[in-house]
Formats: sequence, C-alpha cells, structure tokens
Amino acid sequence: MAAIVNNLALLGRFALDRVAAIGRSGLILMHAIIARPQPLIAFPLLIRQLYSVGVLSMVIIVVSGLFIGMVLALQGYTILVDYGTEQAVGQMVALSLVRELAPVVTALLFAGRAGSALTAEIGLMKTTEQLSSMEMIGVDPLRRIIAPRFWAGVISLPILTMIFSAVGIWGGLLVGVEWLGIYEGSFWSNMQNSVDFFDDIGNGLIKSLVFGLVVTWVAVFQGYDSVPTSEGISQATTKTVVYSSLAILGLDFILTALMFGDL
Amino acid sequence: MDFFDDIIIDIKQLTFSRGERYICKNMDIRIPRGKVTAIMGPSGTGKTTLLKLIGGQLKPDSGSILLDGDDIPRLGRSELFDAREKMGMLFQSGALFTDMTVFENVAFPLRVHTKLPQDMIRDIVLMKLQAVGLRGAAELMPSELSGGMGRRVALARAIALDPALVMYDEPFTGQDPIAMGVLVNLIKKLNQALGHSSIIVSHDIKETLSIADYIYIIADADVIAHGTPEQLKQNDSDQVRQFMRGLPDGPVPFHFPARDYETELMEGR
Amino acid sequence: MRNRGVELGVGIFMLVGAIALTVLAINVSGLSLTKQQDTYKIYARFENVGGLTARSKVTMSGVTIGKVSNITIDRKKLMALVEMDIDGDVDYLTSDSSASILTAGLLGEKYIGVTTGAADDEILKEGDFIEDTQSSLVLEELIGKFLFNQASE
Ligand SMILES: Nc1ncnc2c1ncn2[C@@H]1O[C@H](COP(=O)(O)OP(=O)(O)OP(=O)(O)O)[C@@H](O)[C@H]1O
Ligand SMILES: [Mg+2]
Repeated sequence: MAAIVNNLALLGRFALDRVAAIGRSGLILMHAIIARPQPLIAFPLLIRQLYSVGVLSMVIIVVSGLFIGMVLALQGYTILVDYGTEQAVGQMVALSLVRELAPVVTALLFAGRAGSALTAEIGLMKTTEQLSSMEMIGVDPLRRIIAPRFWAGVISLPILTMIFSAVGIWGGLLVGVEWLGIYEGSFWSNMQNSVDFFDDIGNGLIKSLVFGLVVTWVAVFQGYDSVPTSEGISQATTKTVVYSSLAILGLDFILTALMFGDL
Repeated sequence: MDFFDDIIIDIKQLTFSRGERYICKNMDIRIPRGKVTAIMGPSGTGKTTLLKLIGGQLKPDSGSILLDGDDIPRLGRSELFDAREKMGMLFQSGALFTDMTVFENVAFPLRVHTKLPQDMIRDIVLMKLQAVGLRGAAELMPSELSGGMGRRVALARAIALDPALVMYDEPFTGQDPIAMGVLVNLIKKLNQALGHSSIIVSHDIKETLSIADYIYIIADADVIAHGTPEQLKQNDSDQVRQFMRGLPDGPVPFHFPARDYETELMEGR
Repeated sequence: MRNRGVELGVGIFMLVGAIALTVLAINVSGLSLTKQQDTYKIYARFENVGGLTARSKVTMSGVTIGKVSNITIDRKKLMALVEMDIDGDVDYLTSDSSASILTAGLLGEKYIGVTTGAADDEILKEGDFIEDTQSSLVLEELIGKFLFNQASE
C-alpha cells in the first residue's frame, strides 16, 4: 500500500516537474523575445551569432543537400523509368525537397550541429558562473546571451533550408540530366509545372521557420536550465538533440497535414 | 556604535534553506556605509550564499534585505537589474567572460552602463588593470591566465564602475604574498579614497583583521560573533577563539554534518 | 580583423540564401516576375472530371491560358462544376467554345483544353459558362468499350 502511494507521489512529482519545466522555458522565451530593443548593442551580437549558428552550418548543409538531391534523382529514375516517365524526375526531386526533405533534414542537421553547440555553450557559461556574474554586473543574460542566439537560430534555419533545396535540386539535375541523360528541357518544365511558389516553397519556408523556432528554443532552454556540472551539460546537450529531433518530426506531420492534407 | 549611523545594507531575520538544511536562520546583519565589513566563518557555512542573497540571485525563504531602503527579494526583474548597478561582485571562481579579452572583460560594465567615449573607457580600463598589476595582460584571453591572475582581473572588473558596494568573495585566495599585499592595499585605498562600502569574505585572518572595520563571524546558520577586530580579539567565547586561531578542535566543527565516523567505517565491513 | 571576417561571412550567408530563394522561385516554381495579372472566372460542367484537380492547367492549342481554381458538385444537375481562372488578356473565348479534359501522355496529368467555335458569338466574360464539354477519358471505360466492340464483332 505504502509502495503504491509512494510511486503515485513520485509520478505526481515527475509530472509537476515537467509542467514546471515547460513553464520556465516559456518564461525564458518570453523574456528573450520581449526584450527592450537596443539596436546598437543587439545588432553586433546578432551578427556574431548568425555567424556561429548559420554560417558555420553552411558546409554541412550544402554537402548533405547535394547528396540527398543526387540520391533522390537516382532512386526516382529507377522507379519512373519503368513507366516511361523519367522526365518527371525533376518534379519528384523538387517536390520532395521543398515540401519535406529540405525543411526536415536541415532542421535535424541544425539541431545536431548548432543546437547542441548552443546548449553546451550556454551550459558552460552557467557552470563557470559567467551568467551569474553578468547578472551581477546588471546585464540580463536573457537579453544579452539568450536573445541573440535565439533570433540567430530562427533567422538561420529558413536560409539554410533554401540553400539545401537549391543545392539538392542542382544535385538532382547533375544526376538526372548530366548522368542519366534526361532531356533538360522536360526536367525543368515538368518541375515548373508542378511546383507552386506559394503552396510548395512557401509552405516549406513556414515549416522551416517553425522548426527554427522550436530547435533554438529547446537548445537555449536546455543550456540555461542545465545542472551546472560537466555531467549536467552533457545531459542537456543530449536532451537538446533528442527533444528537438522528436519535435521536428512530430510537428512535420502536423504541419504537413494542415498544409497539404486537403489535396 | 557610531558605525551604524549610516547603513547601506540592513539584513533582517533572513532565513534561507537548501533542502532540509538551513544556511541562514533568522540572521541579522548590518553593513555600515563607507566601511570595510568582513564576513568570516568555516568553509561551507554559507558566506557565498549570503553574498548571492544580497545580489538578488537567490531568493530567501523569509526576511528582508534592504539596500538603501529597497527590499532586494521583493524587487521586480528590471528594478533588480537597476539595483545591481550599484553593486560590484568578485566571484569566488572569477567568472570571467571566456569569449572576451581581459581588456574587454573589464570594459564590459563600462560599455553597457555608461555612454563614455572609447578613449575614456580605454583609460579607465588600463587604470583598473594597472591597479591589480595586470596592465600588460590586457590583450590576453582569460584561458591564458593563471588562477590568481584571473581573480585579479575579475576584481578589476568588479570595481570598473566604482560601485557603491563591492562584494569580494575570497579575494586573497590563490595570491602570492606580494599580490596579496597589493590587493589588501587596493581594497583599503578604494574604500578610503572613493568611499566604497566593501564586504569581504575571506579566510585569511591576518589580512582581514588588518583592513576590516567590522567583522561578522557566521557558523551554524547564524552570526556567532560580531564586532571590531579589537573586540573580536578580546572575545573569549570558545568558538570565536578557535576560529581566530585556526585550531582544529573545538566547538566549531571542521566536518560537514555527518554520521558518526566510526559507525560508518564499521558498516562497510 | 576578426570582426570583419564575421561580418563578411554573415553577408555571404544572407546573399547565398537570397540567391537560393530566387532560384527556387524562378527556375523551380516558374514564378514569373510579371505575375499577378488580372484573371476572370468562367465555369464548365463535366460528367466526370476524373483526375483533374485545382491548379491543373487550362490550355488552348497547347498554350496555357489559365488554371483550374476550384472543383465542386453542381447540386442541381449533379455534375462536376469546374471553376477556371482565365488570364485577363485572353479575350477571344466565344460562348460556343468547347472544353475537354485531356491527359498529358498516357499516364500524365489531366488538364483542360479549350477550343473556340466558329461563329462570331459573344465573348465569354466573368461568370459565364462553357456549355459544350467533354469529360475525362476514363481508362477503364475505354477498355470496357473496346472489349464490348470486339465481342460484338
Ligand atoms: N547549488 C547548490 N545546491 C545545493 N546546495 C548548495 C548549493 N550551493 C551551495 N550549497 C550548499 O550551501 C552551503 C553553503 O555554501 P557556500 O558556497 O555559501 O559556502 P561558503 O561559506 O562560501 O564556503 P567556502 O568558504 O568554502 O566558499 C554548502 O554547505 C553547500 O553544501
Ligand atoms: Mg564561498
């Protein structure tokens, strides 16, 4: 009897802890977003973060995009050629990239590359009391440290996604046209006939914006809320990658259902 | 008691606990303005915690901490940040910003809180670094400093804005005798020339007695003695004498609260 | 020094992003910059639209003149009601035009082909109907007919 009550109490405590964590993360997000704008200070900080979050992620995005585009073209070709519709390779590559693969894969790579780095950086700042000493100097770390990192993530991910799509389609072109010898004219015209700017590219952009928000939110929160020990940081980094990957995949389903579900 | 005509910090009935353990229990401390106040006590009794409570980084369970009449635990977020501009704090770990040079670390408070022109900031930073003997290290990154050097840079940063109240958490730890002498003089000078109020947490009894105007000794979650250095030297309570002379045995426990030593050892069999 | 590199890097990053978006917009989705011309709506009823969807093309002599914007059921006649957005500069569709649902290639997408009549009839305006329509070729029906003919011969 006592054991049951104990377990129930544990479960209750666990649930309460989760809810409290969600509350804390919400507060952090709020403070980071509703920061009194100080453009002169904030802008250079944002640039700095765009560099480490966005620019430094570019190589991995370009390389992955290229390979995924090439693989898509190859796979698509082997399937479509049986029906004599191999000109549709361009359309297939483009649609699967802009609607689905570019936002999702970019976000997953971003979570692993930039999200975990953000968490570790902020967690280490907390462990070494840099955040506390900043507070004591009278500077709010939520504004000075968290906000620029958050915005940099939200801005970078859609840009990276666009680059991923463009490079992927180029990879598809390389394989489809240069290698497998599909007529280039029909490759492009098929693509242009089926891809709509607002419905496909626009929705893909919206997806990546949502993912950017979620991934950076998770990353900065896990860093800020980490237990200030080396073990705590490693756990927080793992959590960032796991939680944001799950969130990306789950949200992708929901967003896809909302955007393309009625077609 | 002429010290206490003008107090900068008035701590009343402060209670703070970590889990089941009280770090402070109904503690009363008054910090006189323009004086050097030392807080001493065995390791782990909550001196750092007390400084963090004053800085508003921790919230007490009950009690009040009045800084110039503002009750720190009850300030809103932005008021708290304003209040902190009046304080400087040297962290026990130094806590330098690792992504900035030594120069930028010291310049940081000036850049965010003043609109001074660049060359003036430069002059002030170099002055502060000169005072701690590290002007030559201005362009180094914190990772290139030794522990003692890092803490001196942190001290320079804590006093960059000439705050009304400076809290030093163990400023002398890890310093060689020369640097220690310089720092003692520096703190004294800052206090006398600029009228800073200072709170020093330290274990170095000789140095502390030489610069402190008033001393609080805390143990067991409360103030066990307070007074001027002379008064404390005269104090004949066992606890105070043991602490002032650094004797291992006496009423002040050297050990963190634990079960009986022998029982625990025997249990392992 | 280091700052300059950072700024340059971010500048290039933004630029590459903008170029990627432009390439996607123009080359991939075929968005033309002189877009957003006026369109007008005309309607047609079909027995069967099998496979036609919103955004399918509307062509005349193989040239795209508009697109399907909506497909519903006409409740009175119980036929498919197709709404089309026709480009504003197409002012030569006469009221005796006919619309048929065609297929690009054997398995390709469906689109609407419009042919005008001979007479100098009235020109179709916003909200008008094309009365003469020919439904989608449904492969199963076609095969069924073919078999039926074979059998009867
Ligand atoms: N984050 C924390 N979580 C739980 N307990 C803590 C935490 N920080 C400190 N403590 C506990 O609070 C007590 C007081 O810690 P504090 O750092 O204030 O001691 P101190 O007096 O500064 O010691 P020292 O002279 O060694 O620096 C310690 O016994 C410690 O166990
Ligand atoms: Mg301490």
